[in-house]
Amino acid sequence: MHVWINGEQRELEAGASVLDALTALGAPSSGVAVAVDGEVVPRAGWSGTGLVDGARIEVLTAVQGG
Amino acid sequence: MTIDTGLLVIGDRKIASRLIMGTGGAANLEILERALVASGTSLTTVAMRRIDAATGTGVLDLLRRLDIEVLPNTAGCRTAAEAVLTARLAREALETDLVKLEVVADERTLLPDPIELLDAAEQLVDDGFTVLPYTNDDPVLARKLEQVGCAAVMPLGSPIGTGLGIRNPHNIEMIVAAASVPVVLDAGIGTASEAAQAMELGCDAVLLATAVTRAGDPERMAHAMRLAVEAGRAARGAGRIPRRYWAQASSPDPDAS
Repeated sequence: MHVWINGEQRELEAGASVLDALTALGAPSSGVAVAVDGEVVPRAGWSGTGLVDGARIEVLTAVQGG
Repeated sequence: MTIDTGLLVIGDRKIASRLIMGTGGAANLEILERALVASGTSLTTVAMRRIDAATGTGVLDLLRRLDIEVLPNTAGCRTAAEAVLTARLAREALETDLVKLEVVADERTLLPDPIELLDAAEQLVDDGFTVLPYTNDDPVLARKLEQVGCAAVMPLGSPIGTGLGIRNPHNIEMIVAAASVPVVLDAGIGTASEAAQAMELGCDAVLLATAVTRAGDPERMAHAMRLAVEAGRAARGAGRIPRRYWAQASSPDPDAS
């Protein structure tokens, strides 16, 4: 299936979880947060939350600012 | 002489430094580190953005190493909905309930959108956040932000990054006079005298970034800002003389003896 991770289209296996998407992105496990289709997915739910075709995943971290 | 040992208290946190720093604008992390150390800050803002494999989590690692508490902002958000989502992501990523709430109206002025700001503040307070809103220098809006439960109010001196100082000192004084939460002068500071002025007007702290990070020598300017905030706070506590129209001699009258 195809999903969007931080605005880029990626191919993931059907039934992939949020954690699989993070692994595909190479994101560190701490200091990041994830929203899927505009809803925050808490860390504890990453492995148990399945993605659907076309899901929009945003992976954020802290950068210099403010 | 009484020495002021009062700590800044925001929500249930005691903050050791009354100079809150931002991390935006520094050329690199090494320059930022020297500036943060010279500023003596204990609370510093970061922004939330899409992770980039090249930058990773460098600024977080730096703040952790320096033992500086992180204050995530919602910079770049234009609506209450965007700001609420960004704050929730920041809480999840950084494990903090603190948020510097920014909801700006347009790119040209970066002035807060008061309607969206108040809406976002109310939602985030209800969701358990300790909300520090970046607000206009408007005493009425400041009062409403306090009424919905914000832990501080952070009026601008002038627009973000302009270095125009405090354009309406009387409004800042009115905000201070009415507030029962800390008032943090946020945005517009260009040099040390303006940071001192903010404290003399009665602000509880100053938040600045650009004035230090884009200064010719960020480390020296950070040190200057630290001294200015301390000096302004001390002067406020000491009580300045009243302004007079005519001169008043400070030496004895030669004809009096």
